[in-house]
Amino acid sequence: MSTAAQPAEPTPPAANGEPVLEVRGVTKRFGALSVLRGIDLNLRQGEVLGLVGDNGAGKSTFVKILSGFHRPDGGEIVLGGQRVSFSSVENARTQGIETVYQDLALIPQLSVFQNLFLGHELTRLGPLRLLNKGEMRKLARQYLDDINVNVPSVDAEAAQLSGGQRQAIAVARAVRSASKILLLDEPLSAMGARESRLIIDLVKDLSSSGRVSIIVIDHNYAHLFELCDRLNIMNGGRITLDVQVHETSIEELTELMVSAYRRQLEEVQNAGA
Amino acid sequence: MRVLRLFLYQRELTPVIITIGLFLYFTIKAGSTFTGSLSLASAAGYAGPIGAIAVGSVLLLVIAEIDLSIGQVFLFSPWMMYWMHNDGLPLVLAIVVALLTCCFVGAVNGLITVRLNVPSFVTTLATNFILYGVVLVASHDAEGSPIPLSGQTGFVAQAMGSWKWAEILWVVAITIVLGVLLNRTRFGVRIIATGGNLIGAAEAGVPTRRVKVWCFVIASFLAGLIGIVDAVKYGSLDPGNFGVDYILYAIGACVIGGTALTGGRGTVLGAFIGAILIGLLEDGLTLTGVSTNQFFIYVGVVIIIAMALNVQFDRLIARSRGR
Repeated sequence: MSTAAQPAEPTPPAANGEPVLEVRGVTKRFGALSVLRGIDLNLRQGEVLGLVGDNGAGKSTFVKILSGFHRPDGGEIVLGGQRVSFSSVENARTQGIETVYQDLALIPQLSVFQNLFLGHELTRLGPLRLLNKGEMRKLARQYLDDINVNVPSVDAEAAQLSGGQRQAIAVARAVRSASKILLLDEPLSAMGARESRLIIDLVKDLSSSGRVSIIVIDHNYAHLFELCDRLNIMNGGRITLDVQVHETSIEELTELMVSAYRRQLEEVQNAGA
Repeated sequence: MRVLRLFLYQRELTPVIITIGLFLYFTIKAGSTFTGSLSLASAAGYAGPIGAIAVGSVLLLVIAEIDLSIGQVFLFSPWMMYWMHNDGLPLVLAIVVALLTCCFVGAVNGLITVRLNVPSFVTTLATNFILYGVVLVASHDAEGSPIPLSGQTGFVAQAMGSWKWAEILWVVAITIVLGVLLNRTRFGVRIIATGGNLIGAAEAGVPTRRVKVWCFVIASFLAGLIGIVDAVKYGSLDPGNFGVDYILYAIGACVIGGTALTGGRGTVLGAFIGAILIGLLEDGLTLTGVSTNQFFIYVGVVIIIAMALNVQFDRLIARSRGR
Protein backbone atom coordinates (compact mmCIF):
# COMPACT_ATOMS: atom_id res chain seq x y z
CA MET A 1 0.00 0.00 0.00
CA SER A 2 0.94 3.64 -0.22
CA THR A 3 3.74 4.69 2.04
CA ALA A 4 2.06 8.04 2.62
CA ALA A 5 -0.10 8.43 5.73
CA GLN A 6 -3.80 7.87 5.24
CA PRO A 7 -5.84 10.79 6.59
CA ALA A 8 -7.76 10.18 9.83
CA GLU A 9 -10.40 12.84 9.14
CA PRO A 10 -13.81 11.83 7.80
CA THR A 11 -13.84 11.75 4.05
CA PRO A 12 -15.99 14.22 2.14
CA PRO A 13 -19.57 13.10 1.58
CA ALA A 14 -19.05 12.40 -2.11
CA ALA A 15 -16.29 9.93 -1.37
CA ASN A 16 -17.45 7.93 1.59
CA GLY A 17 -17.93 4.64 -0.19
CA GLU A 18 -16.05 1.39 -0.35
CA PRO A 19 -12.79 1.30 -2.27
CA VAL A 20 -13.81 0.70 -5.88
CA LEU A 21 -10.26 0.42 -7.20
CA GLU A 22 -7.07 -0.77 -5.53
CA VAL A 23 -3.80 -0.79 -7.38
CA ARG A 24 -0.88 -2.65 -5.83
CA GLY A 25 2.69 -2.53 -7.00
CA VAL A 26 1.98 -1.98 -10.68
CA THR A 27 5.15 -1.78 -12.78
CA LYS A 28 5.76 -1.07 -16.45
CA ARG A 29 8.92 -0.94 -18.54
CA PHE A 30 9.39 0.19 -22.12
CA GLY A 31 12.58 -1.54 -23.16
CA ALA A 32 15.30 -0.35 -20.83
CA LEU A 33 13.16 2.46 -19.48
CA SER A 34 11.35 1.71 -16.22
CA VAL A 35 8.35 4.03 -16.35
CA LEU A 36 6.28 2.70 -13.43
CA ARG A 37 8.18 1.35 -10.43
CA GLY A 38 5.44 0.04 -8.18
CA ILE A 39 2.29 2.12 -8.15
CA ASP A 40 0.06 1.81 -5.06
CA LEU A 41 -3.20 3.68 -5.23
CA ASN A 42 -6.78 3.38 -4.09
CA LEU A 43 -9.97 5.04 -5.20
CA ARG A 44 -13.25 5.10 -3.29
CA GLN A 45 -16.75 5.04 -4.65
CA GLY A 46 -17.74 8.48 -5.95
CA GLU A 47 -14.33 9.99 -5.28
CA VAL A 48 -12.45 12.34 -7.60
CA LEU A 49 -8.73 11.68 -7.38
CA GLY A 50 -6.18 13.97 -8.99
CA LEU A 51 -2.83 12.68 -10.22
CA VAL A 52 -0.09 15.27 -10.13
CA GLY A 53 3.48 14.97 -11.31
CA ASP A 54 6.11 16.22 -13.69
CA ASN A 55 6.25 15.24 -17.30
CA GLY A 56 7.66 11.75 -17.46
CA ALA A 57 6.47 10.83 -13.98
CA GLY A 58 4.43 8.06 -15.58
CA LYS A 59 0.94 9.48 -15.16
CA SER A 60 -0.19 8.85 -18.70
CA THR A 61 1.34 5.38 -18.80
CA PHE A 62 -0.46 4.51 -15.59
CA VAL A 63 -3.77 5.79 -16.92
CA LYS A 64 -3.26 3.82 -20.13
CA ILE A 65 -2.79 0.66 -18.05
CA LEU A 66 -6.06 1.29 -16.22
CA SER A 67 -7.81 1.89 -19.51
CA GLY A 68 -6.57 -1.37 -21.00
CA PHE A 69 -4.31 0.26 -23.60
CA HIS A 70 -1.04 -0.97 -22.04
CA ARG A 71 -0.48 -4.23 -20.16
CA PRO A 72 1.32 -3.91 -16.78
CA ASP A 73 4.52 -5.94 -16.27
CA GLY A 74 3.81 -6.58 -12.60
CA GLY A 75 1.47 -5.82 -9.72
CA GLU A 76 -2.26 -6.19 -9.47
CA ILE A 77 -5.43 -4.23 -10.07
CA VAL A 78 -8.46 -4.91 -7.89
CA LEU A 79 -11.72 -3.54 -9.23
CA GLY A 80 -14.83 -3.79 -7.05
CA GLY A 81 -13.15 -6.38 -4.82
CA GLN A 82 -12.02 -8.61 -7.66
CA ARG A 83 -8.61 -8.92 -9.21
CA VAL A 84 -8.86 -7.96 -12.86
CA SER A 85 -6.75 -7.65 -15.97
CA PHE A 86 -7.71 -5.85 -19.14
CA SER A 87 -6.97 -7.51 -22.45
CA SER A 88 -7.96 -4.43 -24.45
CA VAL A 89 -9.58 -1.02 -24.24
CA GLU A 90 -12.86 -2.65 -25.21
CA ASN A 91 -12.41 -5.15 -22.41
CA ALA A 92 -11.66 -2.48 -19.79
CA ARG A 93 -14.68 -0.59 -20.99
CA THR A 94 -17.00 -3.56 -20.58
CA GLN A 95 -15.67 -3.79 -17.02
CA GLY A 96 -16.80 -0.20 -16.47
CA ILE A 97 -13.72 1.95 -17.14
CA GLU A 98 -13.91 4.82 -19.64
CA THR A 99 -11.06 7.11 -20.66
CA VAL A 100 -10.60 10.53 -22.20
CA TYR A 101 -7.08 10.90 -23.58
CA GLN A 102 -5.05 14.04 -23.94
CA ASP A 103 -4.56 13.43 -27.67
CA LEU A 104 -8.03 14.19 -28.90
CA ALA A 105 -9.73 10.90 -29.54
CA LEU A 106 -12.37 12.09 -31.97
CA ILE A 107 -12.49 10.98 -35.58
CA PRO A 108 -12.37 14.18 -37.69
CA GLN A 109 -14.35 12.65 -40.56
CA LEU A 110 -17.21 11.38 -38.44
CA SER A 111 -20.14 13.51 -37.35
CA VAL A 112 -20.70 14.69 -33.79
CA PHE A 113 -23.32 12.06 -33.07
CA GLN A 114 -21.22 9.27 -34.60
CA ASN A 115 -18.27 10.30 -32.46
CA LEU A 116 -20.51 10.44 -29.41
CA PHE A 117 -21.64 6.88 -30.04
CA LEU A 118 -18.29 5.52 -31.30
CA GLY A 119 -17.83 2.09 -29.76
CA HIS A 120 -21.43 2.12 -28.51
CA GLU A 121 -23.36 2.47 -31.75
CA LEU A 122 -27.08 1.83 -31.68
CA THR A 123 -27.83 -0.70 -34.38
CA ARG A 124 -30.84 -2.51 -35.72
CA LEU A 125 -31.61 -5.62 -37.75
CA GLY A 126 -29.45 -7.79 -35.47
CA PRO A 127 -26.39 -9.25 -37.17
CA LEU A 128 -26.49 -6.72 -40.02
CA ARG A 129 -25.78 -4.01 -37.45
CA LEU A 130 -27.34 -1.27 -39.50
CA LEU A 131 -26.85 2.05 -37.74
CA ASN A 132 -29.91 3.52 -36.12
CA LYS A 133 -28.93 7.03 -37.14
CA GLY A 134 -32.27 8.66 -36.32
CA GLU A 135 -32.26 7.44 -32.75
CA MET A 136 -28.57 8.28 -32.25
CA ARG A 137 -29.12 11.80 -33.61
CA LYS A 138 -32.08 12.35 -31.31
CA LEU A 139 -30.32 11.03 -28.20
CA ALA A 140 -27.16 12.96 -29.02
CA ARG A 141 -29.07 16.22 -29.40
CA GLN A 142 -30.94 15.61 -26.15
CA TYR A 143 -27.84 14.66 -24.24
CA LEU A 144 -25.69 17.55 -25.45
CA ASP A 145 -28.56 19.86 -24.58
CA ASP A 146 -28.77 18.40 -21.08
CA ILE A 147 -25.11 19.02 -20.39
CA ASN A 148 -25.05 22.41 -22.16
CA VAL A 149 -22.55 21.52 -24.86
CA ASN A 150 -23.10 23.69 -27.91
CA VAL A 151 -22.24 22.38 -31.35
CA PRO A 152 -23.42 23.76 -34.71
CA SER A 153 -25.26 20.51 -35.40
CA VAL A 154 -24.96 16.87 -34.38
CA ASP A 155 -24.39 16.19 -38.07
CA ALA A 156 -21.36 18.49 -38.28
CA GLU A 157 -18.08 16.68 -38.82
CA ALA A 158 -15.71 16.75 -35.86
CA ALA A 159 -13.14 18.38 -38.17
CA GLN A 160 -15.35 21.47 -38.21
CA LEU A 161 -15.44 21.91 -34.43
CA SER A 162 -13.11 23.99 -32.29
CA GLY A 163 -10.57 22.21 -30.06
CA GLY A 164 -12.71 22.89 -27.03
CA GLN A 165 -15.88 21.64 -28.65
CA ARG A 166 -14.09 18.47 -29.67
CA GLN A 167 -12.82 17.86 -26.16
CA ALA A 168 -16.28 18.52 -24.76
CA ILE A 169 -17.64 15.81 -27.07
CA ALA A 170 -14.86 13.43 -26.04
CA VAL A 171 -15.54 13.99 -22.35
CA ALA A 172 -19.29 13.81 -22.90
CA ARG A 173 -18.83 10.48 -24.64
CA ALA A 174 -16.87 9.00 -21.75
CA VAL A 175 -19.10 10.50 -19.06
CA ARG A 176 -22.11 9.04 -20.80
CA SER A 177 -20.89 5.48 -20.82
CA ALA A 178 -18.64 5.14 -17.76
CA SER A 179 -20.23 2.80 -15.25
CA LYS A 180 -17.48 2.47 -12.60
CA ILE A 181 -14.45 4.63 -13.29
CA LEU A 182 -13.79 7.61 -15.54
CA LEU A 183 -10.18 8.42 -16.43
CA LEU A 184 -9.46 11.96 -17.60
CA ASP A 185 -5.97 12.57 -19.02
CA GLU A 186 -5.56 16.37 -19.17
CA PRO A 187 -9.19 16.95 -20.11
CA LEU A 188 -8.80 20.73 -20.13
CA SER A 189 -5.64 21.04 -22.18
CA ALA A 190 -6.95 22.48 -25.46
CA MET A 191 -9.65 24.57 -23.85
CA GLY A 192 -10.58 28.19 -23.33
CA ALA A 193 -11.87 29.45 -20.00
CA ARG A 194 -15.53 29.06 -20.90
CA GLU A 195 -15.04 25.58 -22.21
CA SER A 196 -12.95 24.56 -19.18
CA ARG A 197 -15.84 25.74 -16.99
CA LEU A 198 -18.17 23.52 -18.96
CA ILE A 199 -16.06 20.41 -18.55
CA ILE A 200 -15.43 21.08 -14.84
CA ASP A 201 -19.18 21.38 -14.26
CA LEU A 202 -19.75 18.22 -16.25
CA VAL A 203 -17.30 16.25 -14.14
CA LYS A 204 -18.56 17.70 -10.86
CA ASP A 205 -22.13 16.83 -11.72
CA LEU A 206 -21.07 13.30 -12.44
CA SER A 207 -19.07 12.94 -9.25
CA SER A 208 -21.80 14.39 -7.04
CA SER A 209 -24.16 11.78 -8.39
CA GLY A 210 -21.80 9.26 -6.75
CA ARG A 211 -22.32 6.92 -9.70
CA VAL A 212 -18.72 6.76 -10.83
CA SER A 213 -15.28 7.42 -9.42
CA ILE A 214 -12.93 9.64 -11.35
CA ILE A 215 -9.17 9.92 -11.79
CA VAL A 216 -7.97 13.20 -13.32
CA ILE A 217 -4.53 14.12 -14.61
CA ASP A 218 -3.96 17.85 -14.91
CA HIS A 219 -1.10 20.30 -14.55
CA ASN A 220 -3.31 23.14 -13.43
CA TYR A 221 -3.55 23.12 -9.61
CA ALA A 222 -6.51 25.50 -9.58
CA HIS A 223 -8.47 23.04 -11.71
CA LEU A 224 -7.41 20.10 -9.59
CA PHE A 225 -8.33 21.82 -6.32
CA GLU A 226 -11.74 22.60 -7.69
CA LEU A 227 -12.38 19.14 -9.12
CA CYS A 228 -10.77 16.71 -6.72
CA ASP A 229 -11.40 15.24 -3.28
CA ARG A 230 -7.90 13.87 -2.97
CA LEU A 231 -4.55 14.24 -4.71
CA ASN A 232 -1.80 11.73 -5.35
CA ILE A 233 1.59 13.02 -6.34
CA MET A 234 3.62 10.90 -8.74
CA ASN A 235 7.33 11.02 -8.99
CA GLY A 236 9.72 8.78 -10.88
CA GLY A 237 7.12 6.08 -11.43
CA ARG A 238 5.80 5.95 -7.87
CA ILE A 239 3.09 7.65 -5.81
CA THR A 240 5.06 9.72 -3.33
CA LEU A 241 2.28 11.60 -1.58
CA ASP A 242 -1.40 11.00 -0.86
CA VAL A 243 -3.31 14.00 0.50
CA GLN A 244 -6.89 15.20 0.95
CA VAL A 245 -7.58 18.42 -0.94
CA HIS A 246 -9.28 20.07 2.08
CA GLU A 247 -6.15 19.45 4.16
CA THR A 248 -3.75 21.19 1.87
CA SER A 249 -3.38 24.28 -0.27
CA ILE A 250 -1.89 25.12 -3.63
CA GLU A 251 1.10 26.70 -1.88
CA GLU A 252 1.71 23.66 0.28
CA LEU A 253 1.34 21.32 -2.64
CA THR A 254 3.83 23.28 -4.69
CA GLU A 255 6.32 23.07 -1.83
CA LEU A 256 5.73 19.34 -1.47
CA MET A 257 6.28 18.86 -5.18
CA VAL A 258 9.55 20.72 -5.05
CA SER A 259 10.84 18.80 -2.03
CA ALA A 260 9.78 15.49 -3.54
CA TYR A 261 11.66 16.47 -6.68
CA ARG A 262 14.76 17.32 -4.60
CA ARG A 263 14.59 13.98 -2.81
CA GLN A 264 14.39 12.18 -6.09
CA LEU A 265 17.32 14.18 -7.42
CA GLU A 266 19.40 13.20 -4.38
CA GLU A 267 18.44 9.57 -4.85
CA VAL A 268 19.63 9.69 -8.42
CA GLN A 269 22.86 11.41 -7.36
CA ASN A 270 23.44 8.88 -4.57
CA ALA A 271 22.79 6.03 -6.93
CA GLY A 272 25.28 7.56 -9.34
CA ALA A 273 27.96 7.99 -6.65
CA MET B 1 -21.65 29.24 -51.03
CA ARG B 2 -24.56 26.82 -50.98
CA VAL B 3 -23.47 25.39 -54.32
CA LEU B 4 -19.91 25.02 -53.10
CA ARG B 5 -21.13 23.13 -50.02
CA LEU B 6 -23.13 20.79 -52.20
CA PHE B 7 -20.04 19.93 -54.24
CA LEU B 8 -17.93 19.64 -51.07
CA TYR B 9 -20.14 17.07 -49.43
CA GLN B 10 -21.51 15.29 -52.51
CA ARG B 11 -18.18 14.32 -54.00
CA GLU B 12 -19.84 12.15 -56.61
CA LEU B 13 -21.51 15.19 -58.15
CA THR B 14 -18.45 16.38 -60.08
CA PRO B 15 -17.72 13.04 -61.81
CA VAL B 16 -21.44 12.56 -62.49
CA ILE B 17 -21.55 15.88 -64.33
CA ILE B 18 -18.39 15.04 -66.26
CA THR B 19 -19.75 11.59 -67.12
CA ILE B 20 -23.03 13.05 -68.38
CA GLY B 21 -21.05 15.63 -70.35
CA LEU B 22 -18.92 12.91 -71.93
CA PHE B 23 -22.00 10.90 -72.77
CA LEU B 24 -23.63 13.87 -74.49
CA TYR B 25 -20.42 14.76 -76.31
CA PHE B 26 -19.96 11.27 -77.75
CA THR B 27 -23.68 11.02 -78.57
CA ILE B 28 -23.47 14.22 -80.60
CA LYS B 29 -20.19 13.17 -82.17
CA ALA B 30 -20.99 9.53 -83.00
CA GLY B 31 -24.78 9.40 -82.72
CA SER B 32 -26.48 6.03 -82.63
CA THR B 33 -23.19 4.20 -83.12
CA PHE B 34 -22.34 5.33 -79.61
CA THR B 35 -25.75 4.95 -78.00
CA GLY B 36 -26.34 1.53 -79.59
CA SER B 37 -26.41 -1.45 -77.25
CA LEU B 38 -23.24 -2.89 -78.79
CA SER B 39 -21.25 0.21 -77.99
CA LEU B 40 -22.70 0.68 -74.52
CA ALA B 41 -22.11 -2.98 -73.71
CA SER B 42 -18.52 -2.50 -74.71
CA ALA B 43 -18.25 0.56 -72.42
CA ALA B 44 -19.77 -1.54 -69.63
CA GLY B 45 -17.21 -4.22 -70.46
CA TYR B 46 -14.39 -1.77 -69.78
CA ALA B 47 -16.09 -0.35 -66.70
CA GLY B 48 -17.12 -3.63 -65.02
CA PRO B 49 -13.78 -5.05 -63.84
CA ILE B 50 -12.41 -1.59 -63.06
CA GLY B 51 -15.55 -0.77 -61.08
CA ALA B 52 -15.52 -3.96 -59.01
CA ILE B 53 -11.86 -3.54 -58.14
CA ALA B 54 -12.34 0.18 -57.50
CA VAL B 55 -15.24 -0.10 -55.04
CA GLY B 56 -13.25 -2.66 -53.03
CA SER B 57 -10.24 -0.37 -53.16
CA VAL B 58 -12.27 2.46 -51.64
CA LEU B 59 -12.54 0.51 -48.37
CA LEU B 60 -8.75 0.14 -48.36
CA LEU B 61 -8.13 3.77 -49.27
CA VAL B 62 -10.45 4.85 -46.44
CA ILE B 63 -8.33 2.91 -43.92
CA ALA B 64 -5.26 4.50 -45.56
CA GLU B 65 -4.06 1.24 -47.09
CA ILE B 66 -3.85 0.00 -50.65
CA ASP B 67 -4.01 -3.42 -52.28
CA LEU B 68 -2.08 -3.66 -55.54
CA SER B 69 -2.73 -7.38 -55.79
CA ILE B 70 -6.51 -7.37 -56.25
CA GLY B 71 -6.12 -6.78 -59.99
CA GLN B 72 -4.17 -10.02 -60.09
CA VAL B 73 -6.70 -11.66 -57.74
CA PHE B 74 -9.34 -10.72 -60.33
CA LEU B 75 -7.34 -12.70 -62.93
CA PHE B 76 -6.29 -15.50 -60.58
CA SER B 77 -9.74 -16.37 -59.24
CA PRO B 78 -11.18 -17.79 -62.51
CA TRP B 79 -7.97 -19.79 -63.04
CA MET B 80 -8.49 -21.34 -59.63
CA MET B 81 -12.08 -22.20 -60.52
CA TYR B 82 -10.92 -23.60 -63.89
CA TRP B 83 -8.23 -25.81 -62.35
CA MET B 84 -10.49 -27.10 -59.58
CA HIS B 85 -13.28 -27.87 -62.02
CA ASN B 86 -10.88 -29.64 -64.40
CA ASP B 87 -9.64 -31.68 -61.46
CA GLY B 88 -13.17 -33.02 -61.07
CA LEU B 89 -14.65 -30.71 -58.46
CA PRO B 90 -18.33 -29.83 -59.11
CA LEU B 91 -18.59 -26.31 -60.50
CA VAL B 92 -20.29 -24.83 -57.43
CA LEU B 93 -17.53 -26.20 -55.20
CA ALA B 94 -14.85 -25.03 -57.64
CA ILE B 95 -16.28 -21.50 -57.43
CA VAL B 96 -16.47 -21.66 -53.64
CA VAL B 97 -12.87 -22.86 -53.40
CA ALA B 98 -11.74 -20.11 -55.78
CA LEU B 99 -13.49 -17.42 -53.75
CA LEU B 100 -12.19 -18.80 -50.46
CA THR B 101 -8.70 -18.70 -51.93
CA CYS B 102 -9.25 -15.03 -52.79
CA CYS B 103 -10.38 -14.35 -49.20
CA PHE B 104 -7.29 -16.17 -47.98
CA VAL B 105 -5.04 -13.99 -50.15
CA GLY B 106 -6.76 -10.90 -48.73
CA ALA B 107 -6.36 -12.17 -45.18
CA VAL B 108 -2.66 -12.86 -45.74
CA ASN B 109 -2.17 -9.38 -47.21
CA GLY B 110 -3.98 -7.86 -44.24
CA LEU B 111 -2.22 -9.90 -41.58
CA ILE B 112 1.24 -9.23 -43.00
CA THR B 113 0.38 -5.54 -43.11
CA VAL B 114 -0.98 -5.19 -39.56
CA ARG B 115 1.09 -7.82 -37.76
CA LEU B 116 4.50 -7.36 -39.38
CA ASN B 117 3.98 -3.65 -40.03
CA VAL B 118 4.94 -3.99 -43.67
CA PRO B 119 3.40 -1.14 -45.69
CA SER B 120 0.48 -2.59 -47.62
CA PHE B 121 1.87 -1.11 -50.84
CA VAL B 122 4.84 -3.47 -50.52
CA THR B 123 2.96 -6.47 -49.13
CA THR B 124 0.49 -6.44 -51.97
CA LEU B 125 3.07 -5.63 -54.62
CA ALA B 126 4.73 -8.89 -53.58
CA THR B 127 1.50 -10.93 -53.56
CA ASN B 128 0.71 -9.49 -56.97
CA PHE B 129 3.94 -10.95 -58.40
CA ILE B 130 3.46 -14.24 -56.59
CA LEU B 131 -0.06 -14.73 -57.95
CA TYR B 132 1.08 -13.79 -61.45
CA GLY B 133 3.87 -16.35 -61.21
CA VAL B 134 1.53 -19.03 -59.90
CA VAL B 135 -0.79 -18.53 -62.88
CA LEU B 136 2.12 -18.68 -65.37
CA VAL B 137 3.64 -21.79 -63.79
CA ALA B 138 0.41 -23.72 -63.20
CA SER B 139 -1.06 -22.92 -66.63
CA HIS B 140 2.18 -23.89 -68.42
CA ASP B 141 1.68 -20.66 -70.31
CA ALA B 142 -1.32 -22.14 -72.12
CA GLU B 143 -4.70 -20.46 -72.54
CA GLY B 144 -7.49 -21.64 -70.24
CA SER B 145 -10.57 -22.70 -72.19
CA PRO B 146 -13.40 -23.53 -72.30
CA ILE B 147 -14.71 -21.80 -69.22
CA PRO B 148 -17.70 -23.58 -67.66
CA LEU B 149 -21.06 -21.79 -68.09
CA SER B 150 -19.60 -19.53 -70.74
CA GLY B 151 -21.85 -18.97 -73.74
CA GLN B 152 -24.68 -21.04 -72.24
CA THR B 153 -28.27 -19.84 -72.14
CA GLY B 154 -29.54 -21.16 -68.79
CA PHE B 155 -30.48 -18.62 -66.13
CA VAL B 156 -27.48 -19.41 -63.93
CA ALA B 157 -25.07 -19.17 -66.85
CA GLN B 158 -26.64 -15.90 -67.97
CA ALA B 159 -26.51 -14.48 -64.45
CA MET B 160 -22.92 -15.61 -63.94
CA GLY B 161 -21.73 -13.60 -66.92
CA SER B 162 -22.94 -15.06 -70.21
CA TRP B 163 -25.49 -12.26 -70.61
CA LYS B 164 -23.64 -9.14 -71.73
CA TRP B 165 -25.14 -6.94 -68.99
CA ALA B 166 -24.65 -9.45 -66.17
CA GLU B 167 -21.22 -8.25 -65.14
CA ILE B 168 -22.09 -4.57 -64.85
CA LEU B 169 -25.24 -5.48 -62.90
CA TRP B 170 -23.08 -7.47 -60.47
CA VAL B 171 -20.91 -4.43 -60.05
CA VAL B 172 -23.96 -2.21 -59.47
CA ALA B 173 -25.12 -4.65 -56.80
CA ILE B 174 -21.69 -4.71 -55.17
CA THR B 175 -21.59 -0.92 -55.21
CA ILE B 176 -24.95 -0.72 -53.42
CA VAL B 177 -23.94 -3.31 -50.82
CA LEU B 178 -20.58 -1.65 -50.13
CA GLY B 179 -22.19 1.79 -50.05
CA VAL B 180 -24.60 0.59 -47.36
CA LEU B 181 -21.76 -1.15 -45.54
CA LEU B 182 -19.59 1.96 -45.43
CA ASN B 183 -22.26 4.53 -44.65
CA ARG B 184 -24.97 2.72 -42.76
CA THR B 185 -23.41 -0.02 -40.63
CA ARG B 186 -21.35 -0.20 -37.48
CA PHE B 187 -18.56 -1.80 -39.47
CA GLY B 188 -18.56 1.22 -41.80
CA VAL B 189 -18.18 3.60 -38.87
CA ARG B 190 -15.27 1.49 -37.69
CA ILE B 191 -13.64 1.65 -41.12
CA ILE B 192 -13.88 5.45 -41.24
CA ALA B 193 -12.70 5.72 -37.62
CA THR B 194 -9.71 3.46 -38.30
CA GLY B 195 -8.68 5.52 -41.31
CA GLY B 196 -9.51 8.91 -39.83
CA ASN B 197 -7.66 8.58 -36.53
CA LEU B 198 -6.00 5.22 -35.97
CA ILE B 199 -4.96 5.81 -32.36
CA GLY B 200 -8.15 7.60 -31.45
CA ALA B 201 -10.20 4.76 -32.88
CA ALA B 202 -8.19 2.16 -30.97
CA GLU B 203 -8.58 4.16 -27.76
CA ALA B 204 -12.32 4.31 -28.34
CA GLY B 205 -12.36 0.52 -28.52
CA VAL B 206 -12.41 -0.02 -32.29
CA PRO B 207 -10.50 -3.24 -33.10
CA THR B 208 -8.51 -1.44 -35.81
CA ARG B 209 -6.36 -4.39 -36.86
CA ARG B 210 -9.32 -6.68 -37.30
CA VAL B 211 -11.12 -3.95 -39.27
CA LYS B 212 -8.13 -3.60 -41.58
CA VAL B 213 -7.79 -7.32 -42.23
CA TRP B 214 -11.50 -7.56 -43.05
CA CYS B 215 -11.18 -4.73 -45.56
CA PHE B 216 -8.42 -6.62 -47.35
CA VAL B 217 -10.55 -9.78 -47.33
CA ILE B 218 -13.63 -8.01 -48.70
CA ALA B 219 -11.71 -6.24 -51.49
CA SER B 220 -10.01 -9.47 -52.50
CA PHE B 221 -13.25 -11.45 -52.41
CA LEU B 222 -15.07 -8.93 -54.61
CA ALA B 223 -12.25 -8.83 -57.16
CA GLY B 224 -12.31 -12.64 -57.28
CA LEU B 225 -16.07 -12.75 -57.68
CA ILE B 226 -16.13 -10.38 -60.62
CA GLY B 227 -13.06 -12.18 -62.01
CA ILE B 228 -15.16 -15.32 -62.37
CA VAL B 229 -18.09 -13.42 -63.92
CA ASP B 230 -15.67 -11.73 -66.33
CA ALA B 231 -14.12 -15.07 -67.33
CA VAL B 232 -17.55 -16.59 -67.99
CA LYS B 233 -18.33 -13.52 -70.09
CA TYR B 234 -15.23 -13.82 -72.31
CA GLY B 235 -14.93 -17.58 -72.31
CA SER B 236 -11.18 -17.97 -72.04
CA LEU B 237 -8.27 -17.13 -69.76
CA ASP B 238 -4.99 -15.59 -70.88
CA PRO B 239 -2.13 -16.37 -68.48
CA GLY B 240 -0.15 -13.39 -69.75
CA ASN B 241 -2.66 -10.79 -68.46
CA PHE B 242 -1.08 -8.64 -65.77
CA GLY B 243 -3.27 -7.52 -62.90
CA VAL B 244 -1.49 -4.25 -62.18
CA ASP B 245 -3.21 -2.73 -65.23
CA TYR B 246 -6.58 -3.27 -63.58
CA ILE B 247 -5.65 -1.98 -60.14
CA LEU B 248 -4.11 1.16 -61.58
CA TYR B 249 -7.28 1.96 -63.54
CA ALA B 250 -9.29 1.15 -60.42
CA ILE B 251 -7.34 3.55 -58.24
CA GLY B 252 -7.76 6.13 -60.99
CA ALA B 253 -11.51 5.51 -60.82
CA CYS B 254 -11.48 5.98 -57.02
CA VAL B 255 -9.66 9.28 -57.38
CA ILE B 256 -11.91 10.51 -60.18
CA GLY B 257 -14.88 9.56 -58.01
CA GLY B 258 -13.75 11.78 -55.16
CA THR B 259 -11.66 9.61 -52.86
CA ALA B 260 -8.41 11.22 -51.79
CA LEU B 261 -5.72 8.79 -50.69
CA THR B 262 -5.45 10.44 -47.28
CA GLY B 263 -7.58 8.04 -45.28
CA GLY B 264 -10.82 8.53 -43.41
CA ARG B 265 -12.80 9.60 -46.43
CA GLY B 266 -14.02 7.82 -49.52
CA THR B 267 -17.02 7.25 -51.71
CA VAL B 268 -18.01 3.87 -53.08
CA LEU B 269 -20.56 5.36 -55.45
CA GLY B 270 -17.91 7.80 -56.71
CA ALA B 271 -15.55 4.94 -57.51
CA PHE B 272 -18.25 3.23 -59.53
CA ILE B 273 -18.97 6.46 -61.42
CA GLY B 274 -15.24 6.90 -61.98
CA ALA B 275 -15.13 3.45 -63.57
CA ILE B 276 -18.11 4.30 -65.81
CA LEU B 277 -16.36 7.51 -66.82
CA ILE B 278 -13.22 5.61 -67.81
CA GLY B 279 -15.33 3.04 -69.70
CA LEU B 280 -17.23 5.69 -71.64
CA LEU B 281 -14.02 7.53 -72.45
CA GLU B 282 -12.35 4.44 -73.84
CA ASP B 283 -15.41 3.35 -75.82
CA GLY B 284 -16.25 6.85 -77.03
CA LEU B 285 -12.73 7.67 -78.20
CA THR B 286 -12.57 4.39 -80.09
CA LEU B 287 -15.89 5.05 -81.82
CA THR B 288 -15.19 8.65 -82.71
CA GLY B 289 -12.11 7.47 -84.53
CA VAL B 290 -9.69 9.17 -82.20
CA SER B 291 -6.59 7.05 -81.78
CA THR B 292 -7.04 4.95 -78.65
CA ASN B 293 -3.53 5.92 -77.71
CA GLN B 294 -4.86 9.36 -76.81
CA PHE B 295 -7.13 7.65 -74.26
CA PHE B 296 -4.25 7.38 -71.80
CA ILE B 297 -3.49 11.08 -72.04
CA TYR B 298 -7.11 11.95 -71.26
CA VAL B 299 -7.26 9.50 -68.34
CA GLY B 300 -4.08 10.98 -66.90
CA VAL B 301 -5.34 14.53 -67.16
CA VAL B 302 -8.72 13.65 -65.60
CA ILE B 303 -7.00 11.88 -62.68
CA ILE B 304 -4.72 14.81 -61.92
CA ILE B 305 -7.55 17.35 -62.02
CA ALA B 306 -9.77 15.12 -59.88
CA MET B 307 -7.06 14.58 -57.26
CA ALA B 308 -6.27 18.29 -57.04
CA LEU B 309 -9.98 18.95 -56.47
CA ASN B 310 -10.21 16.21 -53.82
CA VAL B 311 -7.33 17.59 -51.81
CA GLN B 312 -8.61 21.16 -52.02
CA PHE B 313 -12.12 20.04 -51.05
CA ASP B 314 -10.77 18.23 -47.99
CA ARG B 315 -8.91 21.35 -46.94
CA LEU B 316 -12.02 23.46 -47.38
CA ILE B 317 -14.02 21.08 -45.20
CA ALA B 318 -11.43 21.23 -42.45
CA ARG B 319 -11.41 25.03 -42.63
CA SER B 320 -15.13 25.67 -42.73
CA ARG B 321 -15.54 25.59 -38.98
CA GLY B 322 -19.02 25.89 -37.63
CA ARG B 323 -21.55 27.11 -40.09
